[in-house]
Amino acid sequence: MQKDILIKYILGIADNSLILGQRLGELTGHGPTLEVDIAMTNISLDLFGQVRSYFQYTAQLSEEDKTEDDFAFLRKEREYINVLLVEQPNRDFGYTIARQFLFDHFHFLFLNELQNSKDKTLVAIAKKSLKEVSYHRRFSSDWIKRLGDGTEESKRKIQIAINDLWRFTEELFHQTNADVEAIKEGIGIDTDKIKAKYLENVSEVLAEAMLEKPDLKFFQEGGKKGIHSEHMGYLLNDMQYMQRTYPGMKW
Amino acid sequence: MSDNKKNWPLWEVFVRSKNGLEHRHFGSLHAADEEMALENARDVYTRRSEGVSIWVVQSKNITASNPEENGEMFEPAADKVYRHPTFYDLPDEVKHM
Amino acid sequence: MSEQEVKNLEEIFEQKIARDEKIEPKDWMPEKYRKTHIRQMSQHAHSEIIGMLPEGNWITRAPSLRRKVALLAKVQDEAGHGLYLYSACETLGISREELYEQLHTGKAKYSSIFNYPTVTWADMGAIGWLVDGAAIINQVPLCSTSFGPYARAMVRVCKEESFHQRQGYEIMLTLCRGSEEQKQMAQDALNRWWWPSLMMLGPTDDASTHTEQSMKWKLKRKTNDELRQQFIDQTIPQADILGLTIPDKDLKWNEETGHYDFGEINWDEFWQVVKGHGPCNKERLQTRVDAWENGAWVRDAAMAYSEKKAAKKVQKAS
Ligand SMILES: [Fe+2]
Ligand SMILES: [Fe+2]
Ligand SMILES: [Fe+2]
Repeated sequence: MQKDILIKYILGIADNSLILGQRLGELTGHGPTLEVDIAMTNISLDLFGQVRSYFQYTAQLSEEDKTEDDFAFLRKEREYINVLLVEQPNRDFGYTIARQFLFDHFHFLFLNELQNSKDKTLVAIAKKSLKEVSYHRRFSSDWIKRLGDGTEESKRKIQIAINDLWRFTEELFHQTNADVEAIKEGIGIDTDKIKAKYLENVSEVLAEAMLEKPDLKFFQEGGKKGIHSEHMGYLLNDMQYMQRTYPGMKW
Repeated sequence: MSDNKKNWPLWEVFVRSKNGLEHRHFGSLHAADEEMALENARDVYTRRSEGVSIWVVQSKNITASNPEENGEMFEPAADKVYRHPTFYDLPDEVKHM
Repeated sequence: MSEQEVKNLEEIFEQKIARDEKIEPKDWMPEKYRKTHIRQMSQHAHSEIIGMLPEGNWITRAPSLRRKVALLAKVQDEAGHGLYLYSACETLGISREELYEQLHTGKAKYSSIFNYPTVTWADMGAIGWLVDGAAIINQVPLCSTSFGPYARAMVRVCKEESFHQRQGYEIMLTLCRGSEEQKQMAQDALNRWWWPSLMMLGPTDDASTHTEQSMKWKLKRKTNDELRQQFIDQTIPQADILGLTIPDKDLKWNEETGHYDFGEINWDEFWQVVKGHGPCNKERLQTRVDAWENGAWVRDAAMAYSEKKAAKKVQKAS
């Protein structure tokens, strides 16, 4: 498989973990309890760990002399290809959990399939990450239930968050040209195949949480093409601040 | 103590560091229910691979002996030296005993 | 209990500590011992969680993935330290919520070093190197303090601290081996954090209250001035390796004492910050209050959910 296409395929996976990890990193020190604060930081650390594995791999594949940090910090906004869902801001704990929940269920099924990739490195990363993400999924699903079946206020808040973020779920399954190529080669995984299972799993938790599954006809997309929401530029401003202010230095 | 019942109760955490060892008291934490207590214990107390198994129990469910009764509780055992092997005199020639 | 009986108990108690025996939560203890411990341990706990904020300020801007995960893990550890210490307090019959209340209303103190702003990336280096360095000097002797839960919490804390200082020093080292601009950034951070770090070890011995009592209870093993001297003596060679200059023109090796002599600390500044008028006191406290208040509906929801679940279990069983 052409290396630049493989790199693009991997970036499509890695960027999700990168941007979500970055969002969670904003919350360290601000959690509703110390215990939850520590738990969310753990998730962020897991995601950044995955990111490093992916970017170390793309750095190795790249013709140019690149490092993991070049991939993480030195692209332009249009070159990041994460889904819109993961860049959505931490409006409140409900949004943070809903975003996590909607992504974790996808992430889990995705990695589960990725274990069958023909690419040995991706298989290794998937195997390790799957254990982490199984825990994330459990954590966020448990919280969906607590908030959904907790108080009137929490039910209202988490339902709003689910409703608002639902419009970004369709994009999880979209396939870019690189995705299609990678699937053809047996390296990428066919997201069409996990969509039904995703909806089933998510619906099951929502039902248990006494929440309604939104009934939406219109969805938002763009992240995978590098067309992001307005939040993204600010996120990158922070993330790339040092690299942009002091180009070419080692830290 | 605050009796606002909305506060998450306190739990005691016991961790087995590796198979073959007993669970040891590691500390405590707050959690609303037992699943959360287990998850919190995992996130708080085993971040550096300190454990392979966790027990949690709500602190209020532990019954503790009263240190003021330590005299009657524990001192009577002190003079029962015949429970220890060194109490018995045997000649040095006796091996493997 | 008669006055005489209390006096006898106190004597037995003090002898126990003198013999290096630990005091456990349910043991009889003088009221003053309980109060002093709640105060010191909770101050310590508050310092850990307020201490998350200055460094937390740079998590989203960390300049490499390696630095980012290290910083995240470090700040997370401080949350853990706060948690261990609050738990130790709770063994004395005060709840975490009550302790938060004391912090949020400004009744409780915390280490004033965290009221300074982190303005450049080099501050992450300086804090790890100097602030965690000073904290370790404060904390290591507490691993053998007389109150069991405090001593055990400190053993765990000290074990985890060991990477914090190395993490910070490595940041400084990288900066000092980098470009001229980076080296200046490191020097600037040292200039700003040096004196507050010295203040962190507490007021001078003649200005410090409860030292004698604290020594007896092993809440302190060395005086503030001794700890400060130890910190200075061990830090200066580290600054030399970095090639940085300590911002103290009076600093000089004293052949006779075998220690460094150092300049006058600005105690007016120290007391000003302690009394709430440092550069970030308001922000730090407000951030904690906001986190707690914004989390109220989340904590309530979890409790409500657990009560419902428990009720369902009872229903099923009957
Ligand atoms: Fe600390
Ligand atoms: Fe700490
Ligand atoms: Fe620390």
